[in-house]
Formats: sequence, structure tokens, C-alpha cells
Amino acid sequence: MEIFQDVVCPVCGCLCDDIEVSVENNKIVKARNACAMGTTKFLNYNNDRIPSPMIKNNGVQKPVSLEECIEKTAEILVKAKYPLIYGLSLSSVESVKVAIELTEEVGGVLDNQTSVCHGPGVQGIHDIGESTGSLGEIRHRADLIIAWGANLQEAHPRHMERYSYTSKGRYRNGKEDRNLIVIDVRETLTAKAADKFIQIEQGKDFEFINALRTALRLEQIQKDKVAGVPVEEIEKLAEVLRSCEFGVIFFGQGVTQVNGKGRNIDGLFSLTRDLNSWTKFLIMPARGHFNVAGVNQVATWQTGFPYAIDLSRGYPWYNPGETTIIDIIRRGESDATLVVGSDPIAHFPPAISKRLINTPLISIDPAHSMTTMVSDVVIPSSFAGIEYEGLAYRMDGLCLPLKKLVKEPDNTMSDEKVLKMILAKVRELKKVN
Amino acid sequence: MQDILIKNGTVFDPINNIDGEIIDIAISKGKIVDKVDESNAEVIDASNKIVLPGGVDIHSHIAGPKVNMGRLLRPEDHYRNLKPKTSVKRAGVGTSCPSTFTTGYEYSEMGYTTVFEPANPPLKMLHVIDEFNDTPMIDKACYPLFGSNWHVMEYLHDNKEDELAAYIAWTLRSVKGYACKLVNPGGVEQWKWGGDVEGLDVAVGNFGVTPREIVKGMCKAVQRLNLPHSIHIHANNLGMPGNYETSIETLDSMREYAKENTNGKPNPIAHLTHVQFNTYGGTNWMNITSGAEHLAKYINNNDHVSIDLGQVVFSDTTTMTADGPFEHKLQTLTGNRWVNADIEAETGCGIVPIKYKKSNYIHAIMWVTGLEAALMIDDPWKVCMTTDHPNGGYFTTYPRVVTWLMSQKAREKYMEKVNKRAKSRTALESLDREYSFSDVVISTRAGTARLLGLNDKGHLGVGADADVAVYNIDLNKIDPAIQYWKVRKALRRADYTIKDGEIVVKDGEVVKSVPGRSYWVDSKVSTDLAKSVESEIKEKFKDYYTIQMSNYIVAEKNIINSSPITVQAEV
Repeated sequence: MEIFQDVVCPVCGCLCDDIEVSVENNKIVKARNACAMGTTKFLNYNNDRIPSPMIKNNGVQKPVSLEECIEKTAEILVKAKYPLIYGLSLSSVESVKVAIELTEEVGGVLDNQTSVCHGPGVQGIHDIGESTGSLGEIRHRADLIIAWGANLQEAHPRHMERYSYTSKGRYRNGKEDRNLIVIDVRETLTAKAADKFIQIEQGKDFEFINALRTALRLEQIQKDKVAGVPVEEIEKLAEVLRSCEFGVIFFGQGVTQVNGKGRNIDGLFSLTRDLNSWTKFLIMPARGHFNVAGVNQVATWQTGFPYAIDLSRGYPWYNPGETTIIDIIRRGESDATLVVGSDPIAHFPPAISKRLINTPLISIDPAHSMTTMVSDVVIPSSFAGIEYEGLAYRMDGLCLPLKKLVKEPDNTMSDEKVLKMILAKVRELKKVN
Repeated sequence: MQDILIKNGTVFDPINNIDGEIIDIAISKGKIVDKVDESNAEVIDASNKIVLPGGVDIHSHIAGPKVNMGRLLRPEDHYRNLKPKTSVKRAGVGTSCPSTFTTGYEYSEMGYTTVFEPANPPLKMLHVIDEFNDTPMIDKACYPLFGSNWHVMEYLHDNKEDELAAYIAWTLRSVKGYACKLVNPGGVEQWKWGGDVEGLDVAVGNFGVTPREIVKGMCKAVQRLNLPHSIHIHANNLGMPGNYETSIETLDSMREYAKENTNGKPNPIAHLTHVQFNTYGGTNWMNITSGAEHLAKYINNNDHVSIDLGQVVFSDTTTMTADGPFEHKLQTLTGNRWVNADIEAETGCGIVPIKYKKSNYIHAIMWVTGLEAALMIDDPWKVCMTTDHPNGGYFTTYPRVVTWLMSQKAREKYMEKVNKRAKSRTALESLDREYSFSDVVISTRAGTARLLGLNDKGHLGVGADADVAVYNIDLNKIDPAIQYWKVRKALRRADYTIKDGEIVVKDGEVVKSVPGRSYWVDSKVSTDLAKSVESEIKEKFKDYYTIQMSNYIVAEKNIINSSPITVQAEV
């Protein structure tokens, strides 16, 4: 049996790097320290693999050779006038780099899950800027933690233990030294664990944030209740924020993907900035996929923009709302889509999924999904952080190395290698044409 | 790789005492050689052109988490410069925070071949290296931050000098750093509670050490480790009126460690970076003036100090520094967008966009301060030309700064446009010094390479790296002091840039993409000390950081062209 120490967990944005993985006969048998989500992936990732490369013929996916799939993919991409490349949040940074080069080569648009989750949070940085920090800062110093529209306990099970509420740092000895306030529309597990839970009405985050900013400036709120919360309670909350030593807000999709979207984030970022005149205050997103932050990082340093990058003009262009995947598909402009490690068919609005199927669809994925089931070309790949190594970025932007723990199945390879083969083929075809 | 012969160029190579002589430069296998077989070599006719060593930038923020946050903060900055993909170039964008590929290309097109990134948290060096791998055309290295590092402050508090030195050696080796950077020593730790340190003798809360102790202790440790570059300092009170006193006090605190000169050239033990931001007189924002005269006087009398300018160029740019408290002050002053990013156990970071305006009194004083410092410090070997890219201005404005140094006329012409009150309060107009081409080569190549301990760079002697720039400046026809705009234009786009013996730029355009190296320093300390310190670090690691020690270490396999420089420490 082989034991790997300090393994980085390739599940959520926490990227816990203290996992001890035991491997026997090329099979993972144990993942010590991992949470339920981590354990499940380490032990069961291999259960639902795509057995072979496939191409759809007369409506039925038929097994073919990898080379045929690569050729077909390259043909589709070269022929397309405005292809989309989407996903990559479960791939290594190295794969993302190749995907950007490929997008540049075929003159398409590169978009990522950010587009449908924390995109507004990213745009908030363009608008206001962000007072943030590394997760260790929270662990050492925070005496006030606010989880806003973020269910830390269930979406990031080890977040509290490693980085926030119950963690022990230089100046805080666990939860007795901290105050956890949850602001959410329903009583989540995180809310149950909190010192205080403030339940606000669905879709009223924007009003609540502004009422809080008003209270913070010691100005009068001309109402009895905002978002279902009595004004006295809002004023009390403002006082708690002002008087802490070191506060932090973790926000989730309960803020970014509800009414107000980017406006909510602008409000929260402004609130945090204002609070720094009183005390020390940070804010950071609780991000889902383990390398969604990595895609934003690489895309930003290579192209200047974090996601929704239109390379059809030859230079990078970015305008969320115009160059974001759902908007492009809705306008019927794209004529081919390459999906890497994502399942848009299951998660996009039905009308968008329908249009997605109407143009050639290619999937690179290790496992079955609704998207692979309807794709014209399916290329099986291996799992980043289990079957191939590379880099990934934690939700606070910290870069960590993923490990290779087991050998990948014979007919699969990393996203990076698959994308490189496609890129080479595309260049070959472009030369011939 | 084909040999190259650069014929009949006017060569400036101050390290080898060549001052504008017409000689041929031969290149073979990436190095400067005595001669090559002309019939087998690619011959570059450099008649009526100048030939210089490739540019070496000692301080430019080009990569890492902070720069990337700057890019993310400012999409509008990118829209001003959109660079399409070509057959050799990747696409890119950006002016004050350009994308990595564009950064490499634009430096190379200006004739620069080496650029050092001056400030990143050791914890985030894997990210820095990841960006270096995507920054082509230039050799790179990074100075990790130590000014508010918990280990450093604890070792200093306990008077453990040997252990401190060994800790620094371990960190540089582990995260692949090149030199030690101090930013607002102690102040950044205070900022994590919302505060700052106001002077050199105010103790850092919870640690019981003062900025003075940090500066002195780190300076001594760097010397004992024999690092190629001295301690690189951004002093306390940066950006504040009257701060020249703090800067001089900081430099003077290290005077006791001064070294002898060699061959008449000083051997600085401290590099005060972007002095322009560190050298103001006055007591408030209304009466702020340049304090360059005082600093210059100190530096002219003391050989243990080198500086770089951090010159302000009037433009819309982005300030970014590990000095979190300063950026917060700048945010409250300007009301601009603001990023703050604190890093556990190590450092912080702040970013604020800024528009330097000619009409603004304070901005005009800043412009004056940098130029005064450059012209008042007599020895060019102590002065490096930078804009602290992007804090004072973009690196692409270097040619403009160079012409200000070379031409009093250029300065006078420009002075007409700046704030009148600032103009009346500066001695700049009375300074008639004009840099010669040799002086320029020293402050942009020979001197910077020397200060960085890069013996194979910054000159064109036999055995040097074949990093060469050829510019279309005919000194028979052009007097840089008079036709300064012609010099500016020529320096912006090199006729040829040669990197490691290959022509990579021709007529100001990249013709070949090369990856460039990543330098880092391995300072060997005694085995026993190294071992005991490593186990100490290991013990503390879990308490200080949120990652495992093995994942903190940057593996060499992650670095394209990893180029370690090994030195023997004295501990």
C-alpha cells in the first residue's frame, strides 16, 4: 500500500491540503482528514467513467478511436465562426492555459462557471475593489465572521474548522473568541451553528445591505422593517460590525445569483470598505469548484480578463452580458461549443440548453453527465488531482500543487493533453485550408 | 544557433570602459565572444546606430498575485491597449497592468532583456512563478517580502541572528526567491489590526521589535548570507510629507555594516527603492516639497546606499504595494477604488488606481522630486532609472524619463506645463546636469546588473550573456540634449534586441518568442544550523499557515528555465 501525504483535495474551493490518501493496487482505499465531500470523491470518482471516445452518428453515440474524436473536434472548431469553450473549473491551471491558446487559435469565446456563479463578485472588484486577505488571516485574527448567503457548513464542510469559526489561530482560540452571524433567507446548517441568525426576505439583500450601510453611518432609516428585519436589529448589527476588532464577510451565491446580483456585491464591497474607517474588515467569496478561482487567475494574467473572454477579434475583449456564454447562446450567435469538465445542459436554463444542442457540441469529461449524453463528440479524460498533477488556486487565490495518486485508465488522458492534441490538429487543419 | 556579428556600431559599455567607440560585437552560442567567422554569421550593420547591453530593470511590478489583482481591478485600463495575436505573438492587453505575454513583448521591443519583480509574499511564490512561466522574452526573478514576517520578528526579538539568517536562506531556497524585500517594516503587521507604525522606534504590537531593529537585523542577515543583491527597502512613512527624514534615518541605521569600495565603485548594502515616494519635505499636503536635496546630500556622502527613482510620469496608472496602510490612506484621500489583500504571517497588499495630473500641485512635486534625486546624486552607479512600474508610470514610458535625464531642454519644455506653484518651489530648473549615454547605460543596465550581482549582464565583454540592444540613434547627427524627442522615439522601439544570442526583436517588433530564465538564490548555510532551523520552522508551520509545509515549497519542475545561483553563507 502506498500512502500519499499532504494531498490537495480536488473538490471545493477550500483546497484542504492535509489529506492522507492510501492507494492499494492503483485504487484509493482511504482518504484521511477529508470531509464527506472529499471522501466521496476520492473513493468513488471511478464509478461512472465514460468507457470510450464517442462520436454521434445518426443520433446515436458510437465508440470510435481517440484520434477520430480529436480530428472531428478540430474540424468543428475550425469550421465554426464563433465557437464557445466552456468549463475548466475542475481542470488544472495548465489545462486552462492550453484552452486559452486554443480559443485564441480558433477565434472563439472562453467562458467558465464563474459566469453562472460568482461572476457578479468578480465584477464587484471592477466597480469598487475588494478589501480581502488570505484565509489564514481570518483564522488568526477574525473575532466577527459573517456568512451572507453562504452555507459554509454544507458547501465547504471544513471551512469553519480550518479557516474560520472554530479554527484556532495566533490571536483567537476557537469559537469562544469569535462571533458568527449568518444572514440568509433560510435556516441552513451554518445558521444553526451560528451565534446569531438573521433571516431576511428572499431577494431583499440589496435593501438590507443599504439599510445596514445607512445604520453604519448613524443615519435614520425611515422604515420599521427592511427585508423583514426590524430596524432596531439592523442598527444593533451595525454596532456589532463597527465595534469588532477584525471582521470578515463570506458571501456565496445567495448574494450573487439572486435579485440585484452585481448590485448586491457592490453594496457589500462598499460596506466592507466603509467599515475599514472604523475597524479592520475583509470580505471574500466562498467559491465552489476547486479550481474556479484558478481559471480567473490564469485568464486574468494571460488575457487581462477573468472570464467571458471574446478572442474572435484576435485580441481579448470582455463585456459580461455580451460575451458571457448564456447571452451569446441566447442571441443564437455561437455555432459550436466545447465543454471541458462541466454540465451546462443540466444547469443552464432549458431554452439555452436546447439551443446548445442545436449546434455541434463536444464534451471532454471523465464521467457521464447530461451534457456528455447529448454531445456530438465525447472525449473521456482523467481526473485532475487524482490521476494527473498540476496547479490549482484556492478560493482566496492561493496556489497549491495537485498530486497524481493513481494511474489513469488506459484510454484516458488529462484535459491538458487532450486540449493540446486538439490545438495541434486545429493548427494542422488551418495550414491545409 | 547562428553566430551574429554586429558591425560598426557605436558601443557604450561602461563596465569595460567603452564610451561610444565604434567596434564590432561578436556573438556565438548565447555569449559575447572575441570574434566569429563573418561568412557564417548573420551580420547586423549597426553603422550610425548605438549598441548597448540589454536593459536590466531592478524594480518593476510585472507578476504575482498583486499585479494580477491590479489587472482584475482595471478592465478599463486594458481597453486602451489591445494587442492582437500574430504569427509569433500571443494576444494580450493592458497599459499599467499589462497581461504577461504583452509585458514580455513590450519590454523586449524596448531592448530590455532582464526584469526583476520586487515584491511578493513567500506564500504566493508558486503563483509568481506560474506567471513568470507565461512572461516570455525576459529573464526574471522575484524579491520575497520579509518586512512584517512573523518568523523574522520573533528571531529578532529573541536575538537569534544565526537562526534568522538560516530562516531567510531556507525561505529563498524553498520559494525560489532572489533577494529580500522590506516594505514598511513592521507597519504592515500593524495594518492587519488597522494601524501603522509612525517611526523607526515604535515597537510593532505583539512582537516587541521596532522597524529599526527589523531593518538592521535583515541587513546584517542578508550580508552574512552573501546574497547577490543587498537588502531592498521601501521605508516607513512612504508617500507622506516630510518622510525624507525617515528615509535617511533608515539608511543611516545600517551605516555600520558598510563595505569597502572596489575599483572605485561603491558596494551598497542597502537599496532604497522608488526614492521619489520616500523623499518629500514639508509637513502637510499643502506645503509638501521635494526633499531630494537632503537625500542626495546623504547619498553623496555615503557609499553604502543605492537607489532607484520611482519617477512619476503624468498618466492614468495603478499604484500597488505591499504597504497596505499607505494604500488605505490613498483610498481615503482620492476616493478611488481600493483593493486590500493581507497575507497570513507574512505581509499585506494594497492597490489604488491614480491619475497623475500636471496641474495638481502634489503630483507636480512628485515629478520634480524624482528628477531632482536623479540629477543631484553625483555617482550614476548609485542610481537606477525606474518608474516603480506601474506606481509612478508604465515601464513603456522609460524612454521619456531617460530624455528628461539627458536633456535640460526637455525638462524645461515639460516644466512649462506643470503646476506653477510646484515650479516655483523647486530647484529643478537650476540643475544643468545632463546624463551622457554612458550614464544612461549605467542607470538602466550596467549599474542595475552590478547591484543585482549579475556578472554576465549589463556589459558586452567577452563571456557576457549575449543580451544586446541596437537603437537607431546617429550620434553624428543627433544631440540627445537638443533633439531629445528623436532619442525618445528610438529608445521606445529597438532596431534589434538580441536575447541569449538570438535576434528576438527586429525593427521594434518581436520576431521570435523565447521563454527567458527564472533566477533564484540558494545560499548555503552550515548543515547543522540549516537542519535545526528547518525543524523549528516545521514546528511553527501548522500554527502560522493554513497549508502544509510541503505545499509551501515551490518545486523546480514548476519553473521554466530554473536558474539557481548558489552562494556560500557565512553562518
